[in-house]
Amino acid sequence: MRQVVLVAGAVFRESVRDRVPYSMVLFAVGLMAASFLISQLTAGQDLKIIKDLGLAALSLFGMLIAIFLGIGLVSKEVERKIIFGLLAKPITRAQLVIGKYAGLVATLVINLTVMTLAFYAVLAYMSYSIPAVPGRPAALDPRMLIAIVLIVAEVAVITAVALFFSTFSSPLLSAVLTLGLWVAGHFNADLRNFGDVVDSPSVAAIARGLYYTLPNLAPFDVKAEVVHGMPISLRHVVLTLLYAALYASVLLMASVAIFRRRDFK
Amino acid sequence: MPLVAAMALLLTAAVAVQVVRDRGWVPYQPPNPLLWVQSGPLMQRLSVSYANLASDVYWMRAVIYYGGVRRSESSAKTYEGLYPLLDLVTTLDPHFTVAYRFGAIFLTEAYPQGPGRPDQAIQLLERAIERDGGRWDYYYDIGFVYYWWLHDYQKAAEWFLKGAERPNAATWLKPLAATTLATGGQRDTSRQLWTELLKSDMDYVHGQAEFRLKQLDAMDTISKLTPVLQRFISREHRLPQSWQELAASEHLPQIPLDPSGVPFVFDSNVGRIDVSRQSTLWPLPIDAQTPAGMPQ
Repeated sequence: MRQVVLVAGAVFRESVRDRVPYSMVLFAVGLMAASFLISQLTAGQDLKIIKDLGLAALSLFGMLIAIFLGIGLVSKEVERKIIFGLLAKPITRAQLVIGKYAGLVATLVINLTVMTLAFYAVLAYMSYSIPAVPGRPAALDPRMLIAIVLIVAEVAVITAVALFFSTFSSPLLSAVLTLGLWVAGHFNADLRNFGDVVDSPSVAAIARGLYYTLPNLAPFDVKAEVVHGMPISLRHVVLTLLYAALYASVLLMASVAIFRRRDFK
Repeated sequence: MPLVAAMALLLTAAVAVQVVRDRGWVPYQPPNPLLWVQSGPLMQRLSVSYANLASDVYWMRAVIYYGGVRRSESSAKTYEGLYPLLDLVTTLDPHFTVAYRFGAIFLTEAYPQGPGRPDQAIQLLERAIERDGGRWDYYYDIGFVYYWWLHDYQKAAEWFLKGAERPNAATWLKPLAATTLATGGQRDTSRQLWTELLKSDMDYVHGQAEFRLKQLDAMDTISKLTPVLQRFISREHRLPQSWQELAASEHLPQIPLDPSGVPFVFDSNVGRIDVSRQSTLWPLPIDAQTPAGMPQ
């Protein structure tokens, strides 16, 4: 466990030095701050649009940071031959992979927290300038935190996907595959009902198998519901978080299995 | 320092070139916006999990488009792109209430100032009922379109009644349905409808209600001035040459102004009093109490 924490700490410190996530966080913060300037174009819908923009920025930039950092977690060290020095230390390959994952997730949580604070700062400003309307969600609606928690969970799954690909492929290919899986994960529901549109039972069975095998990311997206003030059940949140933990664990195990078998000579 | 100076000089030169270029060049604006993607379901797919944000972008486009066309100086304004834009907005975000309600208001604005398409407004609102849980507001809005723009008081009352049966419906909807059936087209009923909308928390709807109530006030004033004008015509067998002549002849306290502060005008073709074309209240809607033209 101690080795995992040490590796996680090293990954976190290295990520902090990387300028790419800084740029993305600054861009996201700037976007949120500037979003109140669009009020002239929204016909009174500033608050809704700022919430949509803020949550979308959190989701999109969180995902991009996860992919950009995740794809190089293992492959970068293999390319630079640093991996030999790491493996010579008293640390197992499993501890190395899990430590790297934990470090990157910690980095993402910090980045997303900074973006969330900026988001709520903009909303706090808006709450002074826009009077509250009965029946409409408040500017500082705490229910948005539910959407943000699910965004963090989704990003954690994407990080696991990126790490998985990073254990055996180049950074570019890892990025393309991770992005592809992210898109597929959001259209997963179509596979579930594939049997209704095809005649072949075997194709329908394959589609259903793929539905359960590929990451199902659509349930993580509750942005529309929180912005419109619609209720989100605790059951949905708990099951979705549990799914994220289980799926990420499967990917981590697969990453460990692949990494163990790799011969770096 | 020389590098910074060179950068400042080059940037200044670039700005100067742009100023000179912009003097003789106007970017081409197609008469209608080109919508590369018109299918809502396709746009939903393309936007992945950012459909709400895409909906907001299209909403801003719709607002800019409507405002741009409305404020243009062209005499033949077309709003062909408005409904497709609103369709995209509401497909991407089916709970975007304001897009349905404001969109319907935009679509019903009388031609030539607006699109003059109450049919599309009803279509949009029916879609709202289907997609957004059937809020009573949407039924009320459909009834309103039938009442105000299509003068179909039977249909208006039917929709008000349907709205009255929805959860959390306003308590005045049922009596309104009854009033509409009994006195549809009467100005008092119209005033009641707009007064209810004046309570809306949506700025645009509130603004529209204020505007329409001013129009109704102008119509009331015209109804009071019409007998005055009729007396003059009966006596002098001609239209007055000016408001001053009529005011002096009929002992009016002052030249009548409409609620926007612009003097009323005589329509010499039909011998009728109306608001000036320069008035923000022009054109006035027609109702059952609007006086017909006078014989000259």
